[in-house]
Amino acid sequence: MEPFRRHTGIVVPLDRSHVDTDQIMPKQFLKRIERTGYGEFLFFHWRYRPDGRPDPTFELNGPAYQGATILATGRNFGCGSSREHAVWGLKDYGFRVLIAPSFADIFFHNCIQNGLLPAVVTEEAARAIIDRARTQPGWRLTVDLERQILSDEADLYIEFHIDPQARERLLNGWDDIDLTLLREDRIRAYERRRPKWLPRVSQPSGT
Amino acid sequence: MAPKTLFEKVWEAHVVDEADGRALLYVDLHLVHEVTSPQAFEGLRLTGRRVRRPDLTVATVDHNVPTESRPSPILDAIARRQVEALRENCEIFGVTYFGIESDRQGIVHVIGPELGLTQPGMVIVCGDSHTSTHGAFGALAFGIGTSDVEHVLATQCIWMKKPKTMEIRVEGQLPRGVTAKDLILGIIGRIGVDGAVGHVVEYTGSAIRALSMEGRMTVCNMSIEAGARAGMIAPDATTFAYLESRPFAPRGREWERALAYWQSLPTDPGAAYNKTVVIDAGTMEPYVTWGTRPDQVAPITGRVPDPASLARPEDRAAAERALQYMGLEPGTPIQEIWVDRVFIGSCTNARIEDLRAAAAVVRGRRVHPRVRAMVVPGSTQVKRQAEAEGLDRIFKEAGFEWRESGCSMCLGMNPDILRPGERCASTSNRNFEGRQGPGGRTHLVSPLMAAAAAIAGRFVDIRTWDWDE
Repeated sequence: MEPFRRHTGIVVPLDRSHVDTDQIMPKQFLKRIERTGYGEFLFFHWRYRPDGRPDPTFELNGPAYQGATILATGRNFGCGSSREHAVWGLKDYGFRVLIAPSFADIFFHNCIQNGLLPAVVTEEAARAIIDRARTQPGWRLTVDLERQILSDEADLYIEFHIDPQARERLLNGWDDIDLTLLREDRIRAYERRRPKWLPRVSQPSGT
Repeated sequence: MAPKTLFEKVWEAHVVDEADGRALLYVDLHLVHEVTSPQAFEGLRLTGRRVRRPDLTVATVDHNVPTESRPSPILDAIARRQVEALRENCEIFGVTYFGIESDRQGIVHVIGPELGLTQPGMVIVCGDSHTSTHGAFGALAFGIGTSDVEHVLATQCIWMKKPKTMEIRVEGQLPRGVTAKDLILGIIGRIGVDGAVGHVVEYTGSAIRALSMEGRMTVCNMSIEAGARAGMIAPDATTFAYLESRPFAPRGREWERALAYWQSLPTDPGAAYNKTVVIDAGTMEPYVTWGTRPDQVAPITGRVPDPASLARPEDRAAAERALQYMGLEPGTPIQEIWVDRVFIGSCTNARIEDLRAAAAVVRGRRVHPRVRAMVVPGSTQVKRQAEAEGLDRIFKEAGFEWRESGCSMCLGMNPDILRPGERCASTSNRNFEGRQGPGGRTHLVSPLMAAAAAIAGRFVDIRTWDWDE
């Protein structure tokens, strides 16, 4: 995975709380077996009207927000279904950073696995960022993961929070599977002491 | 030794290694389905990795499968390709696969318990957020994304930061007509959809002890709807009686050894939780969701709230959006909301006990002429059991459609979806916008309440009805 250090981009505001992954990536697009190409389906039912034309009232469709790479939103973003397709869609659309007062647990983890930075800020800071992005369309923000700072060319300067371990992984672009396979000895040792009664599907005791 | 919670005991028993504030946990059971696995298997192929423990991995098809009579072809070519991909992947990687033709097929969270694969003290994962269901047995069970599915396939382990603990203690007795589903809807209504984020919830108290395994699974299933990492209930005599003689449960001396271990799992007296919420079961009522989040609930005797009456501006805005989407006016009595569809199914409420409860309400009554109602059993085993008990006849005679098992209209990935504007009383777990079909309007209820809504054509207070429990 590509390391994440610093990023500057246009902020698009999505002033809603508890945005669930069913909205981020609706179920009809989960039937694909690929990992790429989900960007065009992102927020599908909010982005497009039933006749297929873009809904001009939806933030992502605003002309000034085209090319946005930072999404600022309300708390508990990404709640609901565990579908990683939601993160694949956000990344494929071009997002590199999400800013919110909180993220749902599974979604947060899926972001880290894909190099997408979920930056946690206070409710007040999220409000300030959303307001600025809304009143100054095209407004750009710089996200510095090493220093954990959000700043713009004017006076905005906000510290954000991220779990230190998640930060480390994003900074280094580490892949979890590689990290784990280095621990093969420990895994084998654990397997030797697992109780015998635990179920194994290749040897059902009943049939 | 310091007293420990159920969660801490299970956690500590699975730590393979620790690094940077995270633990590497061993996974005892990995459940796999067609929707969140193809990219994970593809990842293995690209890196030349194998499935480390195919004997601890079980796959089935549930999300995409049609519920019309079987065998029936999957007409949607993309869905068919996904189901076919799972079958092929299982063949290539040596994973046990319960396909659409298998009598063990069903929703992953229904078949794990019914086969006895789900046992106390295990760590269970699946690429599905409702994996929390298995916590009803005292297992630590949680949903993961596809990258983690690949990780578990390759290593049989998962990295996790230790969550905090939260006790939800429910004392007293649930009134007649108030079910485990109402209890969990009431809890979510109380603590909110992010009330348990970052926590593993343990449900305790006399009202939880009194629940059947099916009821406990319903409660743990919807833990994720409060944002919890997992939900757990300590194993007890009810758990052991459910498990004994299931196909994958231990036997003979192994059973005795397992039992001794399982009995050591409940939380020690004096163990501390990071947070405790106390609920009086006697105050619970049948609940109906009115909005597009599972915490937007009202008692059946209540009304659709006025957004202006809500304290937080963000809740007000969300409620306004929700009412617009749901086509509801503030102040409308819940009992004056008419329904077009009724769905009895899903990993929340499609087990045999749920179908028995719904059938008891339906018996001798007719589905309202304006309503289209369907029952989708949670697994092929549940379907057969229900048919052996004659429940299918009760439903069919009343005018319900009796279907094959699958996730069906819980998330509408198969052909079972709502049309735009249709209003549905659903025993499922999420009332999100478009969840059951674009423009569809979902009201979450218990199986008893869904059955009664099918008959009356609107929401009614099941407590005022006569039925044979």
